[in-house]
Amino acid sequence: MVFKARHKRFVLIGIGLALVGLAAMLILNAFQSNMVFFYTPSQVEKGEVPKDTGFRIGGLVVERSLKRGDDGLSVSFMITDTAKTVSVIYKGVLPDLFKEGKGVVAQGKLGVDGIFNASEVLAKHDENYMPPEAAEALKRAQAQSQTLVIPAK
Amino acid sequence: MIPEIGHFSLILALLVALALGTFPIIGAASGNAVWMGLARPLARTQFLLIAIAFACLAYAFASMDYSVAYVATNSNSKLPIQFRIAAVWGGHEGSLLLWAMILSIWTVAVSIFSKHLPDDMRARILGVMGLISVGFLLFMLMVSNPFERLIPAALDGRDLNPLLQDPGMIFHPPMLYMGYVGFSVAFAFAIAALLGGQLDAAWARWSRPWTTMAWVFLTLGIMGGSNWAYYELGWGGWWFWDAVENASFMPWLVGTALIHSLAVTEKRGSFKAWTVLLAICAFSLSLLGTFLVRSGVLTSVHAFATDPRRGLFILVFLVVVIGGSLALFAWRAPTVGRGGKFAVVSRESFLLANNVLLAVAAFSVLLGTLYPLFLDALSFGKISVGPPYFDTVFVPLMTPALFLMGIGPIARWKNSSLPELAMRLRWAFGVSVATALILPVLLGHWTPMIGLGLFLAFWIFANSVNLVYQRLRGTEQPLFSRITSIPRSWWGMVIAHLGIAVFALGVTIVKGFESEIAVRMLPGEVAHLAGYDFTFKGVEEIQGPNYTASRGQLLVTKNGAVRTTLSSEKRLYTVQNMPMTEAGISPAIIHDLYASLGEPLEDGAWSVRIYYKPMVEWIWFGCLMMGLGGLLAISDRRYRMRKRLAKEADLKLNEALV
Repeated sequence: MVFKARHKRFVLIGIGLALVGLAAMLILNAFQSNMVFFYTPSQVEKGEVPKDTGFRIGGLVVERSLKRGDDGLSVSFMITDTAKTVSVIYKGVLPDLFKEGKGVVAQGKLGVDGIFNASEVLAKHDENYMPPEAAEALKRAQAQSQTLVIPAK
Repeated sequence: MIPEIGHFSLILALLVALALGTFPIIGAASGNAVWMGLARPLARTQFLLIAIAFACLAYAFASMDYSVAYVATNSNSKLPIQFRIAAVWGGHEGSLLLWAMILSIWTVAVSIFSKHLPDDMRARILGVMGLISVGFLLFMLMVSNPFERLIPAALDGRDLNPLLQDPGMIFHPPMLYMGYVGFSVAFAFAIAALLGGQLDAAWARWSRPWTTMAWVFLTLGIMGGSNWAYYELGWGGWWFWDAVENASFMPWLVGTALIHSLAVTEKRGSFKAWTVLLAICAFSLSLLGTFLVRSGVLTSVHAFATDPRRGLFILVFLVVVIGGSLALFAWRAPTVGRGGKFAVVSRESFLLANNVLLAVAAFSVLLGTLYPLFLDALSFGKISVGPPYFDTVFVPLMTPALFLMGIGPIARWKNSSLPELAMRLRWAFGVSVATALILPVLLGHWTPMIGLGLFLAFWIFANSVNLVYQRLRGTEQPLFSRITSIPRSWWGMVIAHLGIAVFALGVTIVKGFESEIAVRMLPGEVAHLAGYDFTFKGVEEIQGPNYTASRGQLLVTKNGAVRTTLSSEKRLYTVQNMPMTEAGISPAIIHDLYASLGEPLEDGAWSVRIYYKPMVEWIWFGCLMMGLGGLLAISDRRYRMRKRLAKEADLKLNEALV
């Protein structure tokens, strides 16, 4: 009887651990397959970006690059990190703080024509605030162009 | 002068908190009754001092004292008075003061409602809360002083972030903080139990109402935040898996596990160590959440670099609290002993399984929130994990959790039999499967996700109804006295569980049947969605107290009959030159109609988004029911007659264990 109870307990603990392990696998797997990486326009230009999965790009919206389609909802604009520029198309209403010359982050896929097809456009809610990804893109582009100067931290 | 008084009372409060964190704890260890007795007066003095500081800051805001740096960055002379007061917690420093203030409120509450506790237990609990308070006051005084002067004074303030200028700002943060900080009581109870070595059913019963109270506040706080985001952000979402939301959701998940685990510890004496661990985790996650949201680390992990002292202090504080309490746990937990035994099929097992699922869910949120920050901090690149990750993880984790929720309350403690359970569950199972198969077809379309969601919602609903029916039938008494003869905590459980069912139903229906359109509209044009016609009445310019706005009206008709008018605004807050959309919503039980004005296009046309949100209000109504259930549970008689019942229950428990 005692042996049986202990036996049962071991089996129970075993099943519990297996289930927790399964859950951990599920979580890590979901994590891995839903990670969205960030790239700068310069990296897009160099072809360092994934072809079949989505990713994020960030930078500044090029002045006077915003064009609207006839339906009033399709838009195209360009994102720059001051070194390179990427064309973006998007269908939908732009966020309140989307402005030419300001920071922006777009998530989507790169088409075969080299145009970024955005499914989501983010611009954060603060006039002076730059989305962290956009700031990062500018910083990296600056670091590249000043190879002799050590960029200030 | 007033700000200096505030600053000075904060310094005094720190000294009092230091005394509160040392003398009573030492007194409890050495059996010094006088030192233990200091806990109560010190807790009250601390509350008074922090309240004075808080009032001083509120006064600085109300009187527009722009020589205080914090006021100058978070307020403006054109800001309406209610938002000027709410702006007290609109930024980093002020929200820390609110935190400390609420901590002192909880501390005083414990000092008042703890007459039935043993003296050493009370001294330790108040002492631990004093130590937490020391951390926050020290942090404020060293690196985040809300009373810092700005010399020369600003002519006018930079205004409160327009997103926060909403009634939600007045209620949501204090509510949420009452929840966050409320877990410090559960934490203090746990630490006191580890220090004193008393960890039994009586301890669990004392700590239960406090934990449930904190959980109620957190539930309602999260509900308020979700509702606020829904109408404020202008695109009809109610949960975004945003890091700020996750920060409040993690303590909620662990707190939910904690209130259930406490139930087992009280009724059966089991899960002691696990309960203590959950209490430590719930509070640690509350601390982590506070700092994640309020330190600016989410905007940029390098925000710390601009003020390294602040970042260092936060890290040290977290390490001391979390590391210290876990070390204490590792050292003392083996001494707490084991509780009553239980079989594989028993209510304990179901509760344990739910606890593990909730803990794993909390861990998955933690991973999704912190891992991108880690990568970024270590310069391994920038990644983001959005809603797809959380959706993928939460469905398989919450499905068994909700399924077990239907069974748990029906199963017996200690030992239950599967065939008997199956007999009692078969009606509920049949009803919920049938609903899941038929209802979506009647509503328009069936998908596996809709079917699953409806099955779980009706599973909980049917089991709850069955549970109530079984409990009420059979006796000769009139119905009313039968209802009142059942403990309120039991009704609380039923209502909170029904709240989950209502919530799940709302989520399923809105996710499965919502629809939206984005259109370009000229005045007079009509758009169609979900059987309604939306006629654009054009836009008029209006002038708010600190903004200008274009207000667009949509006349909603169905088959020619006027139903309502949706009025959405595009505001421009002039101080920060920031645009904001104010959505036009017509809420109803069956569905919400929701419109938000996009941008002006050429020829007086506007882009407009219209959403049809069926049963979205049920989501928040479900949360309200959870909160109500918690309140009912707290009002249970046995907490009011604690002393007598504590002895009785102990006797009974001893009998049960023998």
